[in-house]
Amino acid sequence: MALYIGTATSRIDGFAKVTGAAKYAAEFNVPNLAYGSVVTSTIAKGRIAGIDRSAALNVEGVLDVLTHEHRPAMADNDQAYHDEVAPAGSPFRPLYNGRIMFNGQPIALVVAETSEIARFAASLVQVEYETDSHITDMYREREGANSVKPPANPIEALFTPPKTRGRPEQALAAAAVRHASEYYVPVEHHNPMELYASTVIYEGNGTLTVYDKTQGVQNVQRYLCGVFGMKPEDLRVMSPFVGGGFGSGLRPQFEVVLAVLAARALQRSVRVVLTRPQMYVLGYRPAMIQRIDLGANTGGTLDAIVHDAITVTSQYEDYFRQETGWSGLLYQCANAKYGHKLARLDLATPCDMRAPSAPTAHFALESAMDELAIALKLDPLQFRLRCYSERDQNNDRPFSSKALRECYRQGAEAFGWDKRNPEPRAMRDGSDLVGWGMATGMWEALQMPITVRIVLGANGHAEVACATSDIGTGTYTIMAQVAAEMLGLPLDNISIKLGDSSLPGSPVEGGSWIAASVSNGIATTAESIRDELLRLAKQMPDSPLANAASNEVALVDGKLVGKDDPSRSVSIADAMRHGSVDRIEQEKTTNPANDTSRAHNTHAAVFAEVKIDEQLGVIRVTRVVSAVAAGRILNTKTASSQILGGVVWGIGMALHEESVIDHRYGRFMNRNFAEYHVPVNADIHDIRVIFVDEPDDSNPLGVKGLGEIGIVGVAAAIANAVYHATGKRVRDLPITLDKLRL
Amino acid sequence: MGQAMQGKTQARHTPSERALTPEVQVSLRVNGVERRLLLRPWTTLLDALREHLDLTGTKKGCDHGQCGACTVLIDGRRVLSCLTLAVVNDGAEITTIEGLVTNGELHPLQMAFISHDAFQCGYCTPGQICSALGLIAEGHAKTSDEIRELMSGNICRCGCYPNIIAAVEEVMQEAPP
Repeated sequence: MALYIGTATSRIDGFAKVTGAAKYAAEFNVPNLAYGSVVTSTIAKGRIAGIDRSAALNVEGVLDVLTHEHRPAMADNDQAYHDEVAPAGSPFRPLYNGRIMFNGQPIALVVAETSEIARFAASLVQVEYETDSHITDMYREREGANSVKPPANPIEALFTPPKTRGRPEQALAAAAVRHASEYYVPVEHHNPMELYASTVIYEGNGTLTVYDKTQGVQNVQRYLCGVFGMKPEDLRVMSPFVGGGFGSGLRPQFEVVLAVLAARALQRSVRVVLTRPQMYVLGYRPAMIQRIDLGANTGGTLDAIVHDAITVTSQYEDYFRQETGWSGLLYQCANAKYGHKLARLDLATPCDMRAPSAPTAHFALESAMDELAIALKLDPLQFRLRCYSERDQNNDRPFSSKALRECYRQGAEAFGWDKRNPEPRAMRDGSDLVGWGMATGMWEALQMPITVRIVLGANGHAEVACATSDIGTGTYTIMAQVAAEMLGLPLDNISIKLGDSSLPGSPVEGGSWIAASVSNGIATTAESIRDELLRLAKQMPDSPLANAASNEVALVDGKLVGKDDPSRSVSIADAMRHGSVDRIEQEKTTNPANDTSRAHNTHAAVFAEVKIDEQLGVIRVTRVVSAVAAGRILNTKTASSQILGGVVWGIGMALHEESVIDHRYGRFMNRNFAEYHVPVNADIHDIRVIFVDEPDDSNPLGVKGLGEIGIVGVAAAIANAVYHATGKRVRDLPITLDKLRL
Repeated sequence: MGQAMQGKTQARHTPSERALTPEVQVSLRVNGVERRLLLRPWTTLLDALREHLDLTGTKKGCDHGQCGACTVLIDGRRVLSCLTLAVVNDGAEITTIEGLVTNGELHPLQMAFISHDAFQCGYCTPGQICSALGLIAEGHAKTSDEIRELMSGNICRCGCYPNIIAAVEEVMQEAPP
């Protein structure tokens, strides 16, 4: 019997990706395609006094210039623009009116016969503004920041600070050892490799096929139907391949609105591709100031945690995530208090970026824990083991599973942590200072309702369909693995359909919830296929499975087989032939168990080595070991890559990434890969990923998901290693060499 | 519904319109096939491939020579196709990712990228593979550190770098330059 779940299976979409056959949103070429180029605002706040389109319209090959005064109709109410994952507020409406809410806001679309003409003509659009004063510096708005509103529903409660437990102020005052510090994380941008793009194909009958760069085709479809008053059957959104998302594609973005506007205006197919600088208003990880106050007793355990955060949002939406609650969730501590304020700035709304809130919260918490361990003269790992939490104290419930202790043990062993000299600046390699640091990471294990359709043919091939996405996460491959194993078919007999709004319903791909959702969805639907096959098999004369109940049979090697007696079997082909069917189709919705009696989380222990040139301060992360507990791993190859990628992101967060605002103009200055630094190949050295065993019964397959956990804790482990190497504590990211001043 | 657009949109061609530089004949030999194109001189090689020849395997990630996604081979050398105009490559031999499969067989680098899982989203992958081809042909890189350095013009935001190095090293060991 071929087993696929848990194996190191190569990506089934690998051939398409290495040959250039995989098509992304801007790559669907159709005849008579027009091209749109976006004009963006050069002020941060105010109104458009006038737009002179004449010079642009006068260019040979220009078809039209759309503006808020010259465009097809759009919805005029917030509800229409409120997508599946929109925060509370009044969503941005592209080209809706003359109001400017952030620098880089799209204000016109030049449409022309070629992309070059559109781009040239876009430079000729003349805009006059009435300018208002703006604020984009969060330190200037620090005093004006307001506490996030109390939750109005269970979804909002996920993001608002947990309630206070114990008496944290008194516990802090009585603590034998205290550590309090402020930590800063700047704005960071996702920068997926693929430029945001939409190709809108204007079908003859007026319906639209939209190829969009998105992490949620159905979210985009519902949004566009609302904005343009279209019927779902007239608007199909596709994203068979997505060149990275990392959260930036969870909400519908303005490129798709502009492309649809132009296609409806011109009654013609239109492509809009954003430039890299234009993507810097699509959302970002919000800048944040965090203050952590920890109190410990002489026994070396925590008595008090007070964690306060101020994060950035826009003037028109309240974006925030669970920033502070991680602290009292991760460690055993009787007294804990949390606070979260929002600073409203004249910027676009932030959005989810890889493990939203967790790597930032863990940077602050795990730096502070390192500092407190030093004050307590304890090994940082020993201190964490003393504070190990067996329960979710925020909600007073057990974890469904938590193998973090094993992560610590295996990670420390693989790294060689026991050879660490605790003294800062004590370890050297030639002229390099060597530092070893560690940190813990934590994320949620979520599952969402999802619908999966399976069509099994008499030839033993099956098509599995769901409107989810594969943004590089390996969804195609794990779907095929689970389907092959559950249906008892070879992997090559499975074809996967996703990234198409016309397929059965899926939530957006984010939060690490798709693997658990879609794999269990496939398992449920495969059971229905099995039941239907059993019904047919029972009708066969002298059926060996005449008395078998559905839970007594499984699909194995193309046959329906008795679990207790494999000699009792009926081949899929025979059952279907006798039943005179050439296909069996089942579509099932799978809902999560909604088990609120337990906490569902993934964990990681991260160990990092840095080598720092003492003369120049140049930092290299020479080794990272990430030991992860994330339930059952569906594919060790693609899962390992996801963690690897998360570690690389953590290295970028620690050492490179920062979006810098010129506050005079309220504009991001480094809107390109030359000035917004992400790790390149030369920055990345030895990274080892370990998955520890963690049986979990939260869902039938025991899957927790792991797109996010890989980044969490990495920046803190590196910051702690930098301290160990140099004796310098850097509390504001990124740790650039000027901050070390050795 | 909000404001409606006045009148139906149509192309405007007036006598005073700003005329563009005329199109010119360009001949490119792409993946061994002669391709004749009529292009405006401002067309980059990248846009000529993607928009005029429907060879979308070559990717656009920045259009400024900063990311490497558009890497192709011109006369055997790796070049950023967004930083070179199609017209200046008249007569050149261009190899794109679509040209690496011979008789249905993947190039060893393509196979190694799959087996080492040297990509996730796949968007930088054609550029990485073309860049690795160029790197191997150059023959400068002997060690892992040298490969890392000389592959650093190709950004992978998914962070697959260790797997990319493993794939490139495997092919270099099998077929030294």
